[in-house]
Amino acid sequence: MKKLDYPFSVEAVRKLKVGDMVLITGKLFTGRDAVHKYLHDGNKPPVNLKNQIIYHCGPVTMKDKNGKWTVTAAGPTTSIREEPYQWEVIRDYGIVGVIGKGGMGQKTLDACKEYGCVYLHAVGGAAQVLAEKIKSVDGLFLEEFGLPEAIWELSVVDFPVVVTMDAHGNSLHKEVEAHSKEIMKEIL
Amino acid sequence: MAKKAAFKKKATKKVSVKKVVKVVKKLNGPQQTIESLLELIRITSTVVPDDVFKAIERNAKNEEKNTTADYAMGIIKENIDLAKYKSQPLCQDTGTVIFYIYHPAGFHQTTFKELIKKSVTLATKKGYLRQNSVNSLTGENAGTNLGEGHPSIHFYEHKGSEVEVKLVLKGGGCENVSAQYSLPNTALSAGRDLEGVRKVIIDAVYKAQGKGCGPGALGVCVGGDRADSAYYAKKQLLRKLDDSNPNKDLDKLEKEIVETCNKLGIGPMGFGGKTTLLSCKITSANRVPASFFVTISYMCWAFRRQGIVMNKNFAIKKWLY
Ligand code: SF4
Repeated sequence: MKKLDYPFSVEAVRKLKVGDMVLITGKLFTGRDAVHKYLHDGNKPPVNLKNQIIYHCGPVTMKDKNGKWTVTAAGPTTSIREEPYQWEVIRDYGIVGVIGKGGMGQKTLDACKEYGCVYLHAVGGAAQVLAEKIKSVDGLFLEEFGLPEAIWELSVVDFPVVVTMDAHGNSLHKEVEAHSKEIMKEIL
Repeated sequence: MAKKAAFKKKATKKVSVKKVVKVVKKLNGPQQTIESLLELIRITSTVVPDDVFKAIERNAKNEEKNTTADYAMGIIKENIDLAKYKSQPLCQDTGTVIFYIYHPAGFHQTTFKELIKKSVTLATKKGYLRQNSVNSLTGENAGTNLGEGHPSIHFYEHKGSEVEVKLVLKGGGCENVSAQYSLPNTALSAGRDLEGVRKVIIDAVYKAQGKGCGPGALGVCVGGDRADSAYYAKKQLLRKLDDSNPNKDLDKLEKEIVETCNKLGIGPMGFGGKTTLLSCKITSANRVPASFFVTISYMCWAFRRQGIVMNKNFAIKKWLY
C-alpha cells in the first residue's frame, strides 16, 4: 500500500506504477462532462488546477441547516467520456492525477507520460466507502452546471485507488485486456 | 378470492355495518401497499441479497492476499456493510427500476401501477433512489423517476392467491456492456448450437473487461426475437445465484461459463484476478428458423434484487431473497 499526500507533484506521481494500491490524503476536485467541455472550449478554470487531482464523479450532496455541505455518495463515473478533452486539461492546467473508473484511451495515456500525470481507478459502485473518506467540502465552483456537474473541492483522507495508467506509458487496462485475449484464444 | 386482490373504491351507497368495516379496510389497502413497496425499494437499493453476498464473500477469499483484486473485493465488501448500516444506496447509480408482479386472477393492475408510481416518487424523495430518469428526446429529468417506460413494470397472473412483487435495480454501466449476438458469428466461429452460444457469452465477458463494475453476473437468453431475447435474459437475473437450471445441458453450460470466464484474468473492476464472473444463468426461447439471437444481460457486483410476498392487507408477509 502506497500513500499519496497533499501537496501533490509531478515528481510524486512519476514514482507511481501501474498496479500500485494507493491511499490519497489531501484535496480532490470533482469534474465530469460539463467541466471538461467547458475547459476544452477555452474557458479558464475557476480554481488553479496546477498539481491537483481531478475526480470524475457527480457526488450526491446535501446542505444542512447551517448551510454546510456533506457528500452522501461519491462513486466514480465512467472516465472514457472525457477522453476527447482530458489530455488538453492535463497539458494546459497541469493536473497530476485523474480519478475515475473504466480507464481511458491512448491520448490520455500519452499526455500522462509527457506531462506527468497518473490515472487512478476507484472501485466502481463503492459510493458509500468513498463518501466516508471525504472529510469536508471546501468549495463549490461552476454551480450553474447543476450540482452533480459542478466542481466540488473536497478534502479526503485515505481515499483508496489503484494506479491503472502511470506516467511511464503503462496501462493496466491494456495489459489485462491483452492477457485475457490470449487466454480467450486458447479457450475458444 | 379474486376480489381480495383488488382495491375497488366502492360507491358509498347504503351499506350494512359489516360492509362498512370492509370498505374501510380496502381504503387502507393503497396506503399499506405504498408502505410495503417503499420498504421493498429501500431494502433493494441498500442491501444485496444473501445469495449475492455469499458469492462475493466466497470469491473474495479465493483472491490472493495483497493483490489489486483482493483490495477491490475488500472495498466492495466494506461498501456492502456500510450501505446496509447507513441505509444508503449501495451505488449512486440506482439504475433502471424494474418490477415483476405475480398476482391472482381479478387483480387490478391499473390501480397497482399507480401505487407503484407513488412509491417510486416517494423513494426518490427519501433518497433510496437517485433522480435517475431522463427524457431521451429533451434530456429533461423530472426528478421523480417517472416517465415513458419508467419504472418498468411487468405483470403476470399466477395460480396462487397472494401478490408477489420482485424488484431489480439495473445499473447503467453494466447495461452498457450487455450484448446481443446473432448466430452464426463468423469472427468468433460461433455456430447455431450450444458451443456457439458458449463462445459469444465468453466474448461478451471479454469485451466488458472491468467496465461493467465486475465481478459480474449474467442473465442469458438463447433464442427469441431481439426484444424477447433481451427481456428473458434480464429476467434470468431473478434467479438465485446458487440455484441449478432444470435443463441439464444449460446447467452444465452455466457452470462451465463461470469457470472458464474466471480463467480470463480480468478480475474485479478489470484489475486482474480470479473473480471475473459470479454467476451465469441461461434460459431459452423459441426462434424462427431465420434468426438465432443470444442476449447477455450483464449485472454489476452491486446486484440489487429483492422480492416480497404480500398478505391479504398488502403488508409484507415474507421476503423472497
Ligand atoms: S455498473 Fe453497477 S456498480 Fe457500477 S456504477 Fe453502475 S450501478 Fe454502480
